[in-house]
Order: sequence, then C-alpha cells, then structure tokens
Amino acid sequence: MANKNDNWLYTISPKQKLIDLNLKEVWYYKDLLLLFVKRNVITVYKQTILGPLWYFIQPLFTSVIFTLIFNNMANIPTGEGVPSFLFNLAGITCWNYFKECLTGTSNTFSQNQGLFGKVYFPRVIVPLSVVLTNLVKYGIQILVFIGFYIYYVFFTDKAGGASPKSAIVFIPMLIFFMGILGLGLGMIISSMTTKYRDLKFLISFGVQLLMYGSAVMYPLSFFKKKLPNISWVVEYNPMTTIIEAFRYMTLGVGDYSLPKMLYTALFSLVVFLLGLIIFNKTEKSFIDTI
Amino acid sequence: MEKDIILKVENLSKQYRLGLVGTGTLGHDLNRWWSKIRGKEDPYLKIGESNDRSTKGDSEYVWALKNINFGVERGEVIGIIGKNGAGKSTLLKILSKVTGPTTGEIKTKGRIASLLEVGTGFHPEMTGKENVFLNGAILGMTKKEIQSKLKEIVEFSGCERYIDTPVKRYSSGMTVRLAFAVAAHLDPDILVIDEVLAVGDAEFQKKAIGKMQDISNSDGRTVLFVSHNMAAVKSLCTRAIVLQHGTTVFEGNTNDAVDFYLKSDVANDIAHYVNDNPNEGADILEVSMRDKDNNISGLFGFEDQITLQVKLRVTKDIIEYGSVGFRIKDQNERTVFSSEEDLNNFIEKEGVYFSNIKFPKSVLLPSEYRVIVGYHVPNKQKIRSLFDVVNFRIEETGSMFHKYKGVDFGCVVLDCKWNIKSD
Repeated sequence: MANKNDNWLYTISPKQKLIDLNLKEVWYYKDLLLLFVKRNVITVYKQTILGPLWYFIQPLFTSVIFTLIFNNMANIPTGEGVPSFLFNLAGITCWNYFKECLTGTSNTFSQNQGLFGKVYFPRVIVPLSVVLTNLVKYGIQILVFIGFYIYYVFFTDKAGGASPKSAIVFIPMLIFFMGILGLGLGMIISSMTTKYRDLKFLISFGVQLLMYGSAVMYPLSFFKKKLPNISWVVEYNPMTTIIEAFRYMTLGVGDYSLPKMLYTALFSLVVFLLGLIIFNKTEKSFIDTI
Repeated sequence: MEKDIILKVENLSKQYRLGLVGTGTLGHDLNRWWSKIRGKEDPYLKIGESNDRSTKGDSEYVWALKNINFGVERGEVIGIIGKNGAGKSTLLKILSKVTGPTTGEIKTKGRIASLLEVGTGFHPEMTGKENVFLNGAILGMTKKEIQSKLKEIVEFSGCERYIDTPVKRYSSGMTVRLAFAVAAHLDPDILVIDEVLAVGDAEFQKKAIGKMQDISNSDGRTVLFVSHNMAAVKSLCTRAIVLQHGTTVFEGNTNDAVDFYLKSDVANDIAHYVNDNPNEGADILEVSMRDKDNNISGLFGFEDQITLQVKLRVTKDIIEYGSVGFRIKDQNERTVFSSEEDLNNFIEKEGVYFSNIKFPKSVLLPSEYRVIVGYHVPNKQKIRSLFDVVNFRIEETGSMFHKYKGVDFGCVVLDCKWNIKSD
C-alpha cells in the first residue's frame, strides 16, 4: 500500500475528546442553520388565520392577566410611576425567550431521531437553530414592548417614573446570556432524556415552577421584604438577575449590580459548556439508546 | 500503479445491548463509569456473541459487527451484501456517522454522504423548492451549490409543475422522485447508498439506476452500495463484500461474491417466503422451493427434482373461478416459462391448501432463477401478486453443456428428437 495514505481527511473512531465541537464543520453547515431557522419561522403558523400575529397575542394577554391578578388584585408593587402592564410585559418577554430556548432545545434528540438516524450533520445545528428562531420571535416581541412603552410615555401620564438607564447598551449581552443559558440547560436535558425519559415529564411543570422563582411578575425587592428566609432561591437564580437587569435598563426599576451580572455570566457560560460536553457525548451514540 | 485508498476500515466493531434498553441501564452505566475511574476496561466489552438472530444466546450483548477490515480505492463501486441482520445497515450507519463504532476506526480522505433513506427532513408544509434547499443542506450541500443545480434537480424529478406547491399535496411517488433527485445531485467524494432502488415506478427506477451508473462511471465517484437486489449489485458494482453475522465472510469481485452469497446457507432465506401480513380472506400465506425430500432449499443440481410449494387460503367466493399461477424468470428478467391452474380442478371446500408444483427434471439450465407467484380471479380480481418472491439456483452438476464455459445456451434444454442418418 502507498505511503501517501497517511493524510486522512478525518477519522471515525470511538475515542471521544471532552469537547469535540468542530467549529469549522458547524461553519460549513451554516446554510443548514439558516434554512432550519427559516423552516421553524414559516411553518409554525401555516394554515392559521392570525399567522404571525400569534407572536404578539400570547405575551400581551399574559401581561394583561398578570396585571389583573398580581397587581390589581394582589397589590404587588411594580415601582414608583412604572405601569404594571409594562413591568409585566418586560418580564414575560424575557422569560418567554428563555423558556422557549429551553423547552425548544430540550427535545432535540427525541424529536429529530428520524432525521438523526439517517443523516449526519453537526447535531448542535438543531438547538442553535431553535435559539436563533426564538431570537427572531423575541425581536418582534421587543418591538411590541417598545410600542407600548412609547404609548405610555407620550400618550398617558402614567409612566412618569419609567426611564431607560444608560446601561441599556448592554441589553444584547443580556439576550446572549439568556440564550446560552436556555441552550445549555436544554442540551443537558435533551441528552439525558435519550436514556432517562423521566426528565421529559419534569421539564413541562419544572419550567412553570421556575417562572415563579424568576421574578417575572414581582420585583426581587418585594420578594426579599416578604419572604426573607427563602429569598436566596430567587436571588441566586440567574434568570432573576437577567430579568431584573432588563427592567432596570429599560424601565429604571430593578436590582442591578456588577457582581451579580458577573455571577450570571459565569453561571450561564458554565451551564453552556457543560451542555456542550454532554450533548457531544450523547450525539455519537444516542441512536442506539433512544 | 499505486493504489489510491480513499477509505479504510480497520478492526471495526459495534456492540449492541439486547432486550429492554432503559431499565437497568443506570446500573450498567455506573458499573462502566466505576471501572473507567479505576482505569480498567469496560466490563461489558468483553462479553457478547456473534449476532445470529435465529439462535438464542446467553448474553444480552451482541456484536452487530466484529472486526471488519477493508479498503476502498478511489472510483470503486463496492457492493455490500448479506441477509437481513448481517450488519450491513450498521456498517453504513457508522460510515455515515449516524452512530459511532464501539472499537476500531474508519479513515477517509473524502467527504462521505449517505442516501440511507430518501426524503429525510422533508417538511410537508413547505413547497417543493423550499424542501429541495432544506433537504440539500441536510445532506451537506451549501446553498450556492443547490442554487446552481436547482434546475437540473427539478428537471430530473419531473415535478416542475408542482415545485411551488407544499409537499403535503404531492403524491407519495412525487415526493420520492423529488427526494431522490436532490440526493442524486449530491457531490460527495464517497456516496453511501442503501436500497434506494426500491422506490418509485419502473420508469423512475430505470432512471435512478442509470443515474447511479453515471455517477460511478463518469465522475469516478466512490460508491458503497447496499442491496438485496443481486441483479443491481451485479450491474453496478466492481467489487463486493459479503457480511454474515457481523463478520466479513467474502471479499472479491462481484460475480464471485454473489455466487458465494447464494451458495452459503444464507441462500435458504431467499428460498422461503412467509407472508407476515396476510389478508383476512383469500391470500398466499407461504411460498417455498423444496427439494425431493420436501426440505426448503435454494440450491439444486441440474437433475434434481425441484418443487415449488405455495400455501394459500381459499375462501368460498374464490373456489369456482380463482386460479394460481407462477412465472420463472432468469437473471436478465426474461420469463422462462409459466404455468397456471384453476382451483376448482382440485378444491371443493374453503380452507388452507398446499399446492406442490413439480418442475420437469433436467430442463432448467444451471443459472439463477426468480419466481413470481400470483393468485387471482382471471380478469376480475387480483388477490396477490408476489414478484421475485423466492429465488433458486441450479448448479452445474453435469448438464450436457458443462464442458463449455461462458457461452449462453439459454435457460432450458429441451428433449429434441435427433435423428442422424447416413446419406
């Protein structure tokens, strides 16, 4: 046999490096990523009458309900001069983005087993496409938020206390960390569910419970005042920090400090890396265990 | 000239766990993890048996593939044959990176693309064109590549008129055509194909085979082709590998490999057909080839008694006008002879019957033959037609032409009355 046979393009072997994310390969499949995003966006509301309008309806109605129940009925304060509807809309928009990233990626393997069982492409493309799809959705919902913001500021006198802070320039960072946090958790869960299906049941109500621990419909300060003993649960939840920071940047109310932001950033990165490692380990053999 | 090996498979093995995967795996996982920490070998890798599904084994671990070795030269078209469960699909799955090997490795110099099943990733709500792009990208093409081939793809599929209609409105045949069209225009260095030829109507199949021949002949593409269709393997491949119970039992030129495959006990599988999903009423239940002792066999000598046995269920409404028939075809798809019999010549009551059809002895010349069996009410109702339902082979055991080699004497010898007289 010839000597020149040593320059192999690649090798398929059972050996697994801890992190085997071949970025070059992911880049090669960038068109697939975009096509997946396109597919996700255009097929969701096919054959519906309202179509993309559903993107607006869901957060708006939830905000109205939250405002009615938590603010008008239970009298939870939302900060001086800040309309509670805007307060809730901000929280829900962010929470939705995180939630959809998490739930959307958490069934990566089980939903795509037909596809994954037949063709190879970097599996990480699928969860990435979910996060990007949700980013599009989130972008649209932010526009709704801005629209109502403008309405409250210019057409009513209720929004006297709401004013954006200069830290608003860091919003892309918040979105980034929300994205990778949801992605990381989703990848961990999707990998584990290939073997242990129990997690599938945990995720649906777990996410719902988590919402109550993420300062979505109440300010962190209020929770601390009312339930000081268990407030650490909410305080060290990275989603609390992100939502509070988002409301601080846009509405001027909320808990925002550099150490907390660093903690959240670090937390998200660790979860994301952990997710990548587990996802990578799973993608090679999951088709045999699912 | 030096061989240019583009793909090399070394000591490749794949282990599967049988039974219910799920419960109890946590225990095995922990055990595995514990021995990994202590730097010991995986305790479950040592056990395991060869993968013979018909015999009951003691271990819950089996080797779907065990120490497979072969090399593929650039431009070769290699056939991989073996009966169901021999490990063909597992091998292709590892090659196309869908699953990883347990031990061993595959080295390659080119990109591998697989055609494991056409139409993966088609989304019913999207139009044909959108699906071409999506499917192409899934198979590893870039958007630019697809754009440049779009016209060709659409033309090849013959779905031009429907290209902007959602795929859910397509007939299943059209979906398959479109999907194959995308796959056929892939440009990988190594193409892996599994049984795609079973799709589409006859015209399209011809087109598909032609396209595959083009791919392998003109562009010097390397192809790995897995199929049960020996005729397709013979016409497409230059070399073939026979797998049995997860190991390579033969490797060599295609004709020898197909011969080997048919001669090995593997062949008994193709001499016996059981209808797994019969109709409630009248239907063919089993078809088999039998030797003189009524044993199932796919291999006969030239002078042996050959019997075709068809087990069928007869219902009241069928008895009077129903009939059973068969056709024998040679390797070139020519019908050699046929025969048919009306049921009412033999049967008066409904029930399950065996019809044993004895072929005349010393008529069929050594070769391979395929059997088509049909059960119908002539010109009125087709109950079941089974194409290529069983195969059999006649070995050269002393026909009058055994002295010659490589000459086509046709398929049958007839007992002609010779008369040679002096002038």
